[in-house]
Amino acid sequence: MGEELSLNHNKMIYADNAATTKMSAKAIQAMLPYMETIWGNPSSLYAVGQRAAEALQSARERMAACLGATAAEIYFTSGGSEADNQAIISAAKNGERKGKKHIISTAFEHHAVLHTLKKLEKEGFETELLDVHENGVLLPSQVADAIREDTCLVTIMYANNEIGSVQPIAEIGEICRAKGVPFHTDAVQAAGHLPIDVAAQNIDMLSLSAHKFHGPKGIGMLYARKGIPLTNVIEGGAQERGKRGGTENVPAIMGMATALEDACSHLKENTEKVTRLRNRLIEGLSKIPHSILNGDPENRLPGNVNFCFEGIEGESLLLLLDDKGICASSGSACTSGSLDPSHVLLAIGRPHEIAHGSLRLSLCEENTEEEVEYILQSVPEVVEYLRSISPLWKDKVIGKREFLLPE
Amino acid sequence: MALYSEKVMDHFRNPRNVGSIEDADGIGEVGNAKCGDIMKIYLKIDDDTVTDAKFETFGCGSAIASSSMATELIKGKPISEVMQLTNKAVTEALDGLPAYKLHCSVLAEEAIQAALKDYEERKKKSKS
Repeated sequence: MGEELSLNHNKMIYADNAATTKMSAKAIQAMLPYMETIWGNPSSLYAVGQRAAEALQSARERMAACLGATAAEIYFTSGGSEADNQAIISAAKNGERKGKKHIISTAFEHHAVLHTLKKLEKEGFETELLDVHENGVLLPSQVADAIREDTCLVTIMYANNEIGSVQPIAEIGEICRAKGVPFHTDAVQAAGHLPIDVAAQNIDMLSLSAHKFHGPKGIGMLYARKGIPLTNVIEGGAQERGKRGGTENVPAIMGMATALEDACSHLKENTEKVTRLRNRLIEGLSKIPHSILNGDPENRLPGNVNFCFEGIEGESLLLLLDDKGICASSGSACTSGSLDPSHVLLAIGRPHEIAHGSLRLSLCEENTEEEVEYILQSVPEVVEYLRSISPLWKDKVIGKREFLLPE
Repeated sequence: MALYSEKVMDHFRNPRNVGSIEDADGIGEVGNAKCGDIMKIYLKIDDDTVTDAKFETFGCGSAIASSSMATELIKGKPISEVMQLTNKAVTEALDGLPAYKLHCSVLAEEAIQAALKDYEERKKKSKS
């Protein structure tokens, strides 16, 4: 089975759904009418424009319904990064007006959040990054303890993009609401994969991105609770109630709304299926000696698997898996084009050396048991080969260097 | 465009001269685990000529390919010539490397220099 697959180069096993997902046929179908017939500008008065405007409104309502929000609280953006930028900058500006310049976040946020916070630091804001522990899960009490009189924002991701750990969002929301501090969550990895109810979870702002749940790229959404003033990141026309200039990408928005609805209506069965595949992968990869699972074993995204393998480097691992038809990702420095390995793996306390040997496999409901078995056959082969040519591994085996991960 | 040239991928997938030399005359190891790459080169030297070269590498695709190519370039060459080997020569032989991967070829050059230095030191010791 495995051999057949590895020889068949047309067969690709896609296990990088946290990077992006394949668009669903439903989402593609939902977009086509808005390129072929209803291609008008929603701001135009004539029929083809107004029909586009109606579609936009319906998409807004459908998105809102998936999240427990109202249509007036949904703002379309170019993606998750823009939504994160706008949410954080808005809360910072609102806080600044009241003399509040303290922001609470975590060290393992996405760079769309961390780099925005860095920018605000240069403008005199103070950011406090909470420890996420070895399992990658924050304690709600850490947030409660960190909130000060001058805290203007708590921004904590719903689920981590690399190690998949899910944060106690409802508990954090409750604490923030009780203390009157705006709470934003980057839900790019969670939307369509975990249940979200912004009202019940006391979420004030939430970012999501369509291409993480089988929608198109280049489109996302910011939810901002009624009463939260937004600061423009993109200036322009009166689109999105004046809060985001630029003609709306109607086809992409229609694709996103359909994809989110589809994901949310199949959430239960998809979660069950993907979780089963994920657990099988974790169980199998755990057998590789001197390896370690990153992120909480239970409290993690249904499709996320992330391991470190001692003595090897992630990029060469990915290239050899690619040769076997497996698409995956790594937090090694070499895959990021920088000198440091993943900030997420460093945040959970993995030493540099170990973080370089990481592998992330992210599954979706389209993956099969056969694919998982093939991955379980391929990864140990590649790890073993790379270890066999690694002087670092050899030194550990002969006792010249210490093993950092248990056998 | 792919990240790596065909040549790099060939040397990465089918590395030449992988392994160690038990009775090596010079061994050079450079890089460190923290940075994610370690290269170790073993040389067999006879009559001032590199008669055999092997390598072990912990690192990315271009680090493995650079080690493989570097050992190919020096095998059978007189020491005087091997000493002149530059990272540029390794990179060119690989049909180029992405800019942020050039340090891999530098490591290969340094590993060979370190192995030659080790050889010279051993020679001095055996004479004294």
